[in-house]
Amino acid sequence: MRLNDDLIESDIAAYLEKHEHKSLLRFITCGSVDDGKSTLIGRLLYDAKMIFEDQLASLESDSKKVGTQGENIDFALLVDGLTAEREQGITIDVAYRFFATEKRKFIVADTPGHEQYTRNMATGASTADVAILMVDARKGILTQTRRHSFITSLLGIRKVVLAINKMDLINYSQQAYDDIVDDFYAFADELATDLEIQPIPMSALEGVNITSKSNETDWYDGPSLMDYLETVPVGDRRLNTPFRMPVQWVNRPNLDFRGFSGQIAAGTIQPGDRVKSMPSGKQSTVQRIVTATGDLEQAIAGQSVTITLDDEIDCSRGDVLVSAEDPSEVSDQFQARLLWMSETPLLPGRRYLLKMGAKTVTATVNAPKYGIDVNTLNDVPAKTLELNQIGVTTLSLDQAIPYDPYDVNREMGGFILIDRMTNDTVGLGLVDFALRRASNIHWQAMDVDRSALAEQKGQKPAVLWFTGLSGSGKSTIANALQKLLFAQGKHTFTLDGDNVRHGLNRDLGFTDADRVENIRRVANVARLMSDAGLITLVSFISPFRSERQMARNLMADGEFIEVYVDTPLSVAEDRDVKGLYKKARAGEIKNFTGIDSPYEPPRAPELRIDTVNNSPEEAAEVILGFMREKGLLNGG
Amino acid sequence: MKNLTHLDRLEAESLHIIREVAAECENPVMLYSVGKDSAVMLHLAMKAFYPSRPPFPLMHVDTTWKFREMIEFRDRKAKELGFDLLVHVNEDGVRDGVGPFSHGSAVHTDVMKTLALKQALDKYKFDAAFGGARRDEEKSRAKERIFSFRSAEHRWDPKRQRPEPWNVYNTRINQGESVRVFPLSNWTELDIWQYIRRENIEIVPLYFAAPRPVVNWNGVDIMVDDDRMPEELRSTAVTKSVRFRTLGCYPLTGAVESTAATLEDIIQEMLLTTTSERQGRVIDADQSGSMEKKKQEGYF
Ligand SMILES: Nc1nc2c(ncn2[C@@H]2O[C@H](COP(=O)(O)OP(=O)(O)OP(=O)(O)O)[C@@H](O)[C@H]2O)c(=O)[nH]1
Ligand SMILES: [Mg+2]
Repeated sequence: MRLNDDLIESDIAAYLEKHEHKSLLRFITCGSVDDGKSTLIGRLLYDAKMIFEDQLASLESDSKKVGTQGENIDFALLVDGLTAEREQGITIDVAYRFFATEKRKFIVADTPGHEQYTRNMATGASTADVAILMVDARKGILTQTRRHSFITSLLGIRKVVLAINKMDLINYSQQAYDDIVDDFYAFADELATDLEIQPIPMSALEGVNITSKSNETDWYDGPSLMDYLETVPVGDRRLNTPFRMPVQWVNRPNLDFRGFSGQIAAGTIQPGDRVKSMPSGKQSTVQRIVTATGDLEQAIAGQSVTITLDDEIDCSRGDVLVSAEDPSEVSDQFQARLLWMSETPLLPGRRYLLKMGAKTVTATVNAPKYGIDVNTLNDVPAKTLELNQIGVTTLSLDQAIPYDPYDVNREMGGFILIDRMTNDTVGLGLVDFALRRASNIHWQAMDVDRSALAEQKGQKPAVLWFTGLSGSGKSTIANALQKLLFAQGKHTFTLDGDNVRHGLNRDLGFTDADRVENIRRVANVARLMSDAGLITLVSFISPFRSERQMARNLMADGEFIEVYVDTPLSVAEDRDVKGLYKKARAGEIKNFTGIDSPYEPPRAPELRIDTVNNSPEEAAEVILGFMREKGLLNGG
Repeated sequence: MKNLTHLDRLEAESLHIIREVAAECENPVMLYSVGKDSAVMLHLAMKAFYPSRPPFPLMHVDTTWKFREMIEFRDRKAKELGFDLLVHVNEDGVRDGVGPFSHGSAVHTDVMKTLALKQALDKYKFDAAFGGARRDEEKSRAKERIFSFRSAEHRWDPKRQRPEPWNVYNTRINQGESVRVFPLSNWTELDIWQYIRRENIEIVPLYFAAPRPVVNWNGVDIMVDDDRMPEELRSTAVTKSVRFRTLGCYPLTGAVESTAATLEDIIQEMLLTTTSERQGRVIDADQSGSMEKKKQEGYF
């Protein structure tokens, strides 16, 4: 690092003082593949003298080996640090680089242009103040340019540099430049009303208009890129919004101290301020703002602190301390914009984990209301969201959480969705508004409750969930078991796949999304039946683990018994009682489980039934034995 | 209203990351390498939970070839701050007499550091391990997430990194997997030094220049720290005023000639130097992309 500042040599302490108080700008480069984003960052680092001699030596040798510029330096290699990236000459994942000038410090995220890696681009964009949108002057605005400008504006970036690059290849033609700029303004009008756009013609490769204005573009009277970056105003707009602090950790070193640790997401706070703990809404007063270097008189957005309160109110991780005058709202149903980030498409109706701030809840993501075409910004019909697709949808949470709309506060309205089976982060969401306020909904409390209903029938409710391939014997065994239970005077009911599909689920087909919805409805019916005190037998293929888990989560502890009717595909296909396998093999039935649609066997079912060596009656006896052992056949 | 400085922001971000791990992970550990970055990380951990103590132990993977001053410092610091300190040594390596002089830097690092770390993580079944790495250190680090996932075999897959928007971290892992967490990801070398100066953080004296016995080995000056250095090499020792920009195994850590005896001197020297901090590490020079390869194999 060779900063041209004489203070370094003459008065280092003064230099450090100055350096520490420089403002920080976070920006990204984005745009279509090969438009020159990485080259630009490499160039900036090089021109800002942030490259050490040893790094320069290896850059020179790398450029000759794998560079795209013949004998010349390929600046992209300074940022494309992964082997796969250097081999393919593209960026795959975000690189974070740091540099400083006399005026400012910068954190830059160089994001990939390739559509496949859009999720990595979104990661970089989520924390940026400014986006440099690169355009290849020969190609103009492409779909990917539009997609990236849409995502940056979605995530809240309002300052955009429209960097028209590779001007060297079109002789620095003003006409071509003007055309592209006009083109982009037309698109940007639809994007957001408050976008501030700064177009700059440049050549990242030749260093034109990067750190200073160049003669090649004497017709251009705007700033060089570096001039812009050094002077564009940055302010933390979170400071002037009402106080919010998600509680990360309850700090209890001993019985006399109970503090709430977290990073302030918005506003300011002082001892004596009234706060509420959400979602409970309990009020108290801030007593102290504790840090290891002493108590603070005031803390502001961005700081990590520990707050103690005057009263012993209930508050734990995931709750949010908010200004009592201007509290956040609480809801369990939202409309949100979603960017899907997984190769496995969104399954409407499936339950995902939702993490926002320090809170993780279970959320059912409903079918999208519509998708958004990134090219035209029009709404398009969408049944699901595929990788990198953006849409608007509603979500229902299993509990109410405090929130602010994303456009008011990123931290209080931005969330991720996590697949509960793979633990992958599959979606990024932005809360727009709540569909209803939780305070308006009341669960209807019944005087005659579920235990009274079960007691009246002299039994314990249970849900026996039979899962297995088509033709594995689920219904036959359920039928045999129901006979045995009936003979014992138990009140039972069987929900059978085929029967339910004739009525309640008549509108559903066999796509993955419909299968999820099918199971969601059936699980809820089973839940109501067990609330009514019944022993319910559910006989559904239910091929997906996560849906069976969803059903399990709906029931009270110990009431869900997963019975895996484990008949190998070859045996079921041999039996082919309904002739369905034959049709599926012939291609007459699509999405048939086991043939062209997957079956995920249970990992830890309560019972596994072997139908090759047992008759249905024997299987029913085994299940009855299990129920007896678990005390499920005793009185209610 | 006072604005937050750059260091204030970095500190706040790191505290948030450290707390998130303590709140969500079952069995975290802080890997303590005794260097300046570790010193900062330790300091941040103390701050994150104050007035409580950090709810996790420290672990040092000891290759047995660290500078003696580092070991003294480590033991004293852990005691002073009241940390549980776990020290892990690859006993198989010790038994086979593996060391940098006899086996070379690659084998030594692989056996005594990479393998040893895997052993230790498996032994204690840690599901999360803090490390003091920074993105400005090296070009594959610049690509790594703050929460970086490792398979049950401790491998890093750079093509399958999880999206990490805002400051919302998905800490969930499957059985056997683990996560490496880098609270200093966004710090630069200069930030580290400035913070050490601002917070008055104690660091191993080897960072400051002093007359020390050094020999030239494979083109770099290394310090004579004990008599395991081969006799013929040791006999060439000369005393020079040197210091170290990073600390590791003494035979693999190049000394720089310097008279910088205070933090200001060090920072000044760093700002005027024309080579990177990693240049003194014997381990990187092998080939381009070597760091990424090491990481994929389980090197921190
Ligand atoms: N002539 C010319 N070539 C350029 C310029 N900028 C970049 N290039 C070349 O364009 C190619 C792609 O550059 P990169 O910087 O890798 O592009 P990128 O936008 O980072 O690509 P992805 O990250 O993969 O989307 C390289 O061969 C560069 O050398 C420029 O201003 N002029
Ligand atoms: Mg690139």
